[in-house]
Amino acid sequence: MSNGPRQPDIGARLTFDLSKPGRTACSLPPCDVPAAELPSPQLLRGELNLPELSQVDLVRYFLALSRLNYSVDTGFYPLGSCTMKYNPKVHEELACLPGFTRLHPLQPLETVQGALALMYDLQRWLAEITGLDAVSLAPAAGAQGELTGILMIKAYLADRGEEGRRRVLVPDSAHGTNPATAAMGGFEVVTVASDNQGNTDMQALASALDDGVAALMLTLPNTLGLFEPNIGRIAEMLHRKGALLYGDGANVNALLGRARFGDMGFDIVHLNMHKTFSTPHGGGGPGSGPLVVKGHLAPYLPTPVVGEDGDHFVLATPERSIGRVGLFYGHFGVLVRAYAYLRTLGVEGLRQVSENAVINANYVLARLRQAYHLPYDRRCMHEVVFSGSRQRAKGVRTWDIAKRLIDYGFHPPTVYFPLIVDEALMIEPTETESKEALDAFCDALLTIAREAEEEPQVVKEAPHTAPIGRLDEATAARRPVLRWRREAGNES
Amino acid sequence: MPSPTDRRYTKEHEWVRVEDDLGTIGITDYAQDQLGDIVYLELPSPGTQVKQLDKLGEIESVKAVSDLYSPVSGELVEVNQEVNDRPELVNQSPYEEGWLVRVRLADPAEVDKLLSAEQYDELIAQAQET
Amino acid sequence: MTFPYISNTAADRRAMLAAIGVASAEELFVDIPSEFRIAELDLPAALSEPELVRELTALAERNRPVDSMPCFLGGGAYRHFIPSVVGEVIGRSEYATAYTPYQAEISQGTLQTAFEFQSMVCELTAMDVANAGMYDGASALAEACLMAAGVTGRRRIALLSTVHPHCQAVVRTYAFGRDLAVDVVAPDGLALSEEHACLAVQQPDFFGHLLPEVEALARAVHEAGALFIVSVDPISLGLFRPPGEYGADVVVGDGQSLGSPLDFGGPYLGLFACRQQYLRQMPGRIVGRTSDAQGRTGYVLTLQTREQHIRRERATSNICTSQQLVALAATVYLAAMGKEGLRQVAELCYHKAHYAARRIAQLPGYSLAFDGLFFKEFVVRCPRPPSEVNRALLERGIVGGLDVSQYVENGLLLCVTEMNSREEIDRLVDSLAEIGGSE
Repeated sequence: MSNGPRQPDIGARLTFDLSKPGRTACSLPPCDVPAAELPSPQLLRGELNLPELSQVDLVRYFLALSRLNYSVDTGFYPLGSCTMKYNPKVHEELACLPGFTRLHPLQPLETVQGALALMYDLQRWLAEITGLDAVSLAPAAGAQGELTGILMIKAYLADRGEEGRRRVLVPDSAHGTNPATAAMGGFEVVTVASDNQGNTDMQALASALDDGVAALMLTLPNTLGLFEPNIGRIAEMLHRKGALLYGDGANVNALLGRARFGDMGFDIVHLNMHKTFSTPHGGGGPGSGPLVVKGHLAPYLPTPVVGEDGDHFVLATPERSIGRVGLFYGHFGVLVRAYAYLRTLGVEGLRQVSENAVINANYVLARLRQAYHLPYDRRCMHEVVFSGSRQRAKGVRTWDIAKRLIDYGFHPPTVYFPLIVDEALMIEPTETESKEALDAFCDALLTIAREAEEEPQVVKEAPHTAPIGRLDEATAARRPVLRWRREAGNES
Repeated sequence: MPSPTDRRYTKEHEWVRVEDDLGTIGITDYAQDQLGDIVYLELPSPGTQVKQLDKLGEIESVKAVSDLYSPVSGELVEVNQEVNDRPELVNQSPYEEGWLVRVRLADPAEVDKLLSAEQYDELIAQAQET
Repeated sequence: MTFPYISNTAADRRAMLAAIGVASAEELFVDIPSEFRIAELDLPAALSEPELVRELTALAERNRPVDSMPCFLGGGAYRHFIPSVVGEVIGRSEYATAYTPYQAEISQGTLQTAFEFQSMVCELTAMDVANAGMYDGASALAEACLMAAGVTGRRRIALLSTVHPHCQAVVRTYAFGRDLAVDVVAPDGLALSEEHACLAVQQPDFFGHLLPEVEALARAVHEAGALFIVSVDPISLGLFRPPGEYGADVVVGDGQSLGSPLDFGGPYLGLFACRQQYLRQMPGRIVGRTSDAQGRTGYVLTLQTREQHIRRERATSNICTSQQLVALAATVYLAAMGKEGLRQVAELCYHKAHYAARRIAQLPGYSLAFDGLFFKEFVVRCPRPPSEVNRALLERGIVGGLDVSQYVENGLLLCVTEMNSREEIDRLVDSLAEIGGSE
């Protein structure tokens, strides 16, 4: 594959393989108290098989691996609905201040008033941005925010004697967490079709909407990057039928400072700090998924929320709280970064974010529409969905196009989602990318479109220049090897 | 390649081949191609009663899960252990070694409700046009 | 105002709008009905970077970090030593700003370290398989209980009363979703019915003690046809027998102690490991080892069909983003400490906690609330309400323990780790003596 010097098989040597008895990367002080009697040996562990490495070996190992990773700091991630915007570095400095990191969640509240003030203000600002009334910062991620919201809806309806509402409506373009969450809430999931404009099919919604429906979960803009022009009517329809409108706020980047969920009739919305609010993705977390709700749902928020009592901040339990969703108060370390982000932007900054996010996506649309099929031929918002169907006719699939982009130095966009678009390619540039970066990206995709016509093999066998080639996922699933074992190399 | 004529088919791409009162069931070549590399099968245990067109189990590829439906009613009497250990057999030989289960037919006449090989081939030809 | 996080200049925007074919950016927002358009928000004005640093530093200074004083507070969040290599590794933006590793070829850093993490969790807990992490110990416990309900088809969850109250609360929240009943049972007089999907215990428990006779307990649970779930303190596994050796079916816990700061309660790290037979019901991401066409070893997300992006409403869980960077911190911590280091940390906690307990028990008016084996936490019965004791300790510049008087009369839960020096412990004891002696 790569024409460089022969790379060592870095994947074959884990810390366990590099381990040598007697080495350590850390030093601990001797015990300065008289030793107590240890319990009897049968209560103690025998073998503890963890690696033993010197510090230099450990550092080299983890740093070598880091160089195999693509990251936002390496390059552009055009991932739709992920909002992989740049992660400001000053936030890292601030989040690591000892006055934040060295706070125990159970220490006396009078000793953590700064932390509570930060959370209180963030609660207020998220409510203001979304046009809703009350906030919980507790959910650990968007999916947990969704679950919290669904459970609140369940409790709210139960209090009104409406346990009979056992169904949740979900658009056919919805992210997988939406139906998974509804099921975790004990609801039956009913899918509502989209129309040929990419909006919710109003007739399909009307026929699905009866007294057995608890809620509709809507992403706005939706996962096609399109704004629902009927949103006001949809909210009215639901409320008239006694159902609630849940908002998946994953795509709110397009609406910052321009439109608010509360004004449009949403009852509950979750936000993703690790998307819209610039906190780093970490390779898969930690994120944070605060929940913002209308006043009538505030009593059901999880405990605790940060409140004010005269001149100091307190932790309070809402009267009909659904209980706890996490060990403590939420991902404070992540929330510090989101707070710093909002202090950096103000409302003017938020409007610049949404404006540039939407300009960037429409620019990509304009540059690529000749070469790639655009299933919904209309203005997009912060993301655009193409289909690789034209290239499929030549035997080149979206999966191959994605892998070939890696050779051009880009992370692939979201592929095969949403499910309603065949061979979907979802691109969200975000506002932090420059025109030059987008031009380079579009140039690469246009080149690949040409390759698909003229030399499809080079696309189908991509990537050619990644640290490793396409991996055998079938064997990984058929005969899973999920941990290191002593007989390394041929364990199962 | 035309589908084998010694068996009948469902619209959900399962086939059944009947010998006396025993039906051998599997998925078609079209199905295995659509699914991609099959990695796991969830099948009921022998003794389970099944009904025609009821869900029989699940087939997983790397990136998808598909429901499996029974072409016939009766008692499931055998599961192909080979495909449990080597799911790739279903991709390699969907009509022979990649068979999934055997059912003792409750009602042999049921088979007439299923598609013939020609009818099935028409169905997939139409699907490929869209 | 120009923002450092927006690259486009006015000239760039003009060129792009021309390419799009519109006169102004406003035209791109036409789909938003006019009645919903806003232009103003009540938010504080934007700050430059120096102003931002000043603001947040001031906010941070309104807090009293626990290192500024000797601290004996535990109760689910712990002050353990974090080796400098941890911050060095997780501070690398190739790890911190990377996306979830769905594109394996360019995510081997994340994937290989996740595989390391899974391996280490299995070794620590003596279980067959582990996932790549969950939100925290509480939700990991809740998901384990849901998994048990799914596996057994039963609808009742049993929790031992000595499980952390916050964890019990989270289990209830998740159980509400699936309409499962939660029974909190006392350690003595435990009776499981055939409606119980599981019994979950915490080891050491909320009060710091290890359950006696765990093997007998595991047997009883299995005889009832239920799953035995154990929630652990991972540091304790440097010293004590891992649950995989005494019959656990699922092991969960919180990995904050493994290289992550207190951070006012989060982000922490859910550990989740189970027996091989439950592999396909396990929630969360799993990384597997495989190879490419050239035979090079690589790592991929595997068994993804369990997850929400494929199975949707039939997924094992709705979990998507979890705690990857925190799991990386734990991996580096365990690799840095190694087998000897982790055992040393555990022994230091054990000896220091026992020294503190012994000395406090000798003070007039104070006694240990429970007999039996404990690790790094223990409950002391105080001569005065614990809230008063804590206030008095704080005045003396010491962060006391957790007031558990709602469970134990005048009970104070104290935690001692390798971070507490003998001087600090002696100071605590002397202060408690003074406080107990005064009226």
